[in-house]
Amino acid sequence: MKASMTDRVALLGRSGLDIVAALGRSGIFLFQALAGRSRFGNAFGLLVRQLYSVGVLSMVIIVVSGLFIGMVLALQGYNILSGYGSEQAVGQMVALTLLRELGPVVTALLFAGRAGSALTAEIGLMKATEQLSSLEMIGVDPLKYVIAPRLWAGFISMPLLAMIFCVVGIWGGAMVAVDWLGVYSGSYWSNMQNAVQFGDDVLNGLIKALVFAFVVTWIAVFQGYDCDPTSEGISRATTRTVVYASLAVLSLDFILTALMF
Amino acid sequence: MRMRTLELTVGVFILAGLLALAVLAVRVSGLSTNATGDVYKVYAHFDNVSGLTTRARVTMAGVTIGQVTDIQFDKNRYTGRVEMAIFDDVDTLPSDSAASIVTAGLLGEKYIGISVGGDDMMLADGDEIYDTQSALVLEELIGRFLLNTVSSSDE
Repeated sequence: MKASMTDRVALLGRSGLDIVAALGRSGIFLFQALAGRSRFGNAFGLLVRQLYSVGVLSMVIIVVSGLFIGMVLALQGYNILSGYGSEQAVGQMVALTLLRELGPVVTALLFAGRAGSALTAEIGLMKATEQLSSLEMIGVDPLKYVIAPRLWAGFISMPLLAMIFCVVGIWGGAMVAVDWLGVYSGSYWSNMQNAVQFGDDVLNGLIKALVFAFVVTWIAVFQGYDCDPTSEGISRATTRTVVYASLAVLSLDFILTALMF
Repeated sequence: MRMRTLELTVGVFILAGLLALAVLAVRVSGLSTNATGDVYKVYAHFDNVSGLTTRARVTMAGVTIGQVTDIQFDKNRYTGRVEMAIFDDVDTLPSDSAASIVTAGLLGEKYIGISVGGDDMMLADGDEIYDTQSALVLEELIGRFLLNTVSSSDE
């Protein structure tokens, strides 16, 4: 170990500067991709194609996970609440848990794993095979042609997925609580309707989902665009997408919850 | 995949998302029953409104017929003044009906229960319910119970 003290301090400083520089790069990247209008006549077609691969293809995992999470919530809630003789409250417990926390958060985590990693790998491979620089060569801005539609597709589809997740979860909870465990269906739904406020719960959940959509898509697309153009670099970028996106979602969720509720 | 099919599936996806939001609004949060549409205002003064909140239910015979829209302190009468919005189609409340603050279950939310009176006059917009019964404060009840136990053991 020959590294002197000053070398180590310099290394530490450089890695700190690298992080700040990456943050700045990602901000400029986001601005350049979203600012201004797309000059492509088929911008809408590009967006539809991305909405399909980002949103529609994520439907299955979202619906299945939502169903099972709702069912588990109802089962756990029933077991705990029936100890107090208030198993009628299971509906409001399932609905509030899903709308306020689990809906946006789990959707964002699944979205990062399902769609985010795919976005990173796809863009990273485009970069590695020099498709992005070829686009630039023929005078097409890859930020506008490749990046922007993917960003918008993420922003649009994740909140929709979160809403679908919540509805499927609440329906799954109703299936377990009402059909299997015998909670009276009137009290399941009416307790839920009394407890859930549209502005406080549904809209705040939607805002959460929008924020998560923004963060997850941004991280995923930027990691792909910024990766080392090697196979190893792509794999590292994909891992970073999932790790960073999950951490960002979970920590942002705490801040948003503290602000909202 | 052909562009047409692609557009169709994406359209279905977006519709499903918006439909989910609509379901959450109507079915889950019961937005339709909370809509402030055709209602009339009735007032009541309570000695103690502890635990009652705005948007709490106003019920008669266990059925929701309105909601609490405002709670204020009346500095002249030293009471809590509760403003209730009653649905317009419930226009047959006798003017001597009684309002009481009741609790759903032992520890549940507070709501207002209205029991029917016998008067021929009906409550109209801006009227006041005079016969009121305050919220049950559990601590007071326990205190009274303890006092009774002590005084009965003295005898």
